[in-house]
Amino acid sequence: MAETLLFNALRDAIDEEMAKDPTVCVFGEDVGQYGGSYKVTKDLYEKYGELRVLDTPIAENSFTGMAVGAAMTGLRPIVEGMNMGFLLLAFNQISNNMGMLRYTSGGNYTIPTVVRGPGGVGRQLGAEHSQRLEAYFHAVPGIKIVAVSTPTNAKGLMKAAIRDNNPVLFFEHVLLYNLSEEIPEGDYICALDQADVVREGNDVTILTYSRMRHHCIKAVQQLEAEGVDVELIDLISLKPFDMDTISRSIRKTHRVIVVEECMKTGGIGAELIALITEHCFDDLDARPLRLSSQDIPTPYNGALENLTIIQPSQIVDAARRLKAGTL
Amino acid sequence: MTQEIAVPARPEATPVSSPLSSHSERLASLYTAGPTAVSRDDGLILYRDMTLGRRFEDKCAEMYYRGKMFGFVHLYNGQEAVSTGVIKAMRAQHDWFCSTYRDHVHALSCGVPAREVMSELFGKATGCSKGRGGSMHLFSKEHHLLGGYAFIGEGIPVALGAAFTSRYKRDAMGDASSDSVTAAFFGDGTCNNGQFFECLNMAALWKLPILFVVENNKWAIGMAHDRATSDPEIWRKAAAFGMAGEEVDGMDVLAVRAAAQRAVERARAGEGPTLLECLTYRFRGHSLADPDELRSEAEKEFWAQRDPIKALAGHLTAHGLASAEELKAIEKEIDAEVADAVSFALAAPEPDPAELTRYIWAED
Repeated sequence: MAETLLFNALRDAIDEEMAKDPTVCVFGEDVGQYGGSYKVTKDLYEKYGELRVLDTPIAENSFTGMAVGAAMTGLRPIVEGMNMGFLLLAFNQISNNMGMLRYTSGGNYTIPTVVRGPGGVGRQLGAEHSQRLEAYFHAVPGIKIVAVSTPTNAKGLMKAAIRDNNPVLFFEHVLLYNLSEEIPEGDYICALDQADVVREGNDVTILTYSRMRHHCIKAVQQLEAEGVDVELIDLISLKPFDMDTISRSIRKTHRVIVVEECMKTGGIGAELIALITEHCFDDLDARPLRLSSQDIPTPYNGALENLTIIQPSQIVDAARRLKAGTL
Repeated sequence: MTQEIAVPARPEATPVSSPLSSHSERLASLYTAGPTAVSRDDGLILYRDMTLGRRFEDKCAEMYYRGKMFGFVHLYNGQEAVSTGVIKAMRAQHDWFCSTYRDHVHALSCGVPAREVMSELFGKATGCSKGRGGSMHLFSKEHHLLGGYAFIGEGIPVALGAAFTSRYKRDAMGDASSDSVTAAFFGDGTCNNGQFFECLNMAALWKLPILFVVENNKWAIGMAHDRATSDPEIWRKAAAFGMAGEEVDGMDVLAVRAAAQRAVERARAGEGPTLLECLTYRFRGHSLADPDELRSEAEKEFWAQRDPIKALAGHLTAHGLASAEELKAIEKEIDAEVADAVSFALAAPEPDPAELTRYIWAED
């Protein structure tokens, strides 16, 4: 076990996979000489050379499409979105070609690619740099979507994503790169499609992902003191959802709250609660709750920004009332 | 009463256009980009491929109007010299090819069997995309067809990726035999789209082995090329990226082939990309749903006179490389091949409904 920062855990995962498989390469803005805006590819340029860690011009749609073509012809590219929001410019390639091409081609081609980068709301970065594209990309067929939340799962999931033969959208969080914890030594992977039961409990199930995991942990500590026994689940896989783990939990607690950083309309929770209603309706003792960001562009002002996203106190309040039946 | 003052007559307004803005004038002013000599064997390969393209598309129109194929169908008639000239200058199942929604004939030139293409157009399980793609999405990994891409410009980055892999395998993985070249086909309308410029930049920057083949047929559906672009001479845009650019008579298969051979030689030698602008014309509307009301009869007639298949036939017979009877015999063989493709496709099974969700994931 070694104390590791999240961005270094990601870096180690990429480094180990590149060392093992010569077809693994990285494309993106400032991934090479600069080492990545959040240093996720630091020193890899020196180690693997300019073709394997390719500094691209600022042309998101084209270098993402280039990754598709490279993957179709035998490489395993990792595309870095310097900020995941920039990949709105690559929506066409991600949707039409990463997501749909294998099916449209009748199985002629596979597209083993990872698209990774910082998502989420940071600290006063303004609306454009505070997007949550996991919701926007959720309807695209043929892609897996994961969101990492700790150094341990960041490394294990990155390695699994690189080895996967399908396109994986890999969401990191701009405020979690300096999170530090002891992680297992050496080579290990985490399954891309399995939720992580962070805490077992009997009263209320909380489903969350990415940075909101840490808000939920804060809330759970307070709820514990008040005698509310929360089962906290980090979804990890946003597409497909791990419905086995989710259903099992709801069968036990009969109450569920989704805590998410994306906007409420068309968000991850919208789809998740629809599925819970379909799969677990008879197990529920109360209506499912959604705690989501406001349906607004993220404001710059810090106080307004805090009002835009969910805070731990709101999670405490919702869980307390859900258990008490006073919603 | 005021006296009328004679006003001097105004001079006739002169149209504001460059002397070379007209497609046909440009064609007339091209110098011969020789050498365009061809052997008998090669000449017959070209003739066979172009004839297959033409007859296949004519059959598609017939089948579409008979209700055997659906959706948007874009035919290639008139542009055969480009597909044949470029693809036959490259190595089958070694080099890579990337097409657009007008992709039937590129697929045939790549060697995808007519049966598989026709089956795909009929939506059958035996189609090259298993009935999932249709007319605008023909794929064949076996024949190195990267696919038909139906949004303007989106195939170019994919083609660039194939060219990148070729260089990567040679320079990052130490495979000295990795010398494949990629040809990306697209039209004049695409040359106003960002992906075109972004990919020209990256290809030149990294000296990637790729041919950007512009099939300039003068019309992007109903938008005349001269109305859509500030400089109609697309090949000149290569200079802005420091890459080779060439314009060629896209109705002359031998000229296209010679230009493609030069470009492929440069690409294989590590000298990077070429922008090849082929001046051509489509003999039919944009798609079979296009009323084709904007193109003048005179314009169509001008280009009909330059039918690339008739031109090649004239060359082969004039140079004693083939007799008219031999060419007729090839046409009969092709007609039989196309008829066989139709009967095969008609008899072929529909995709299994139980496999509706197959091919979403790599494991399935």
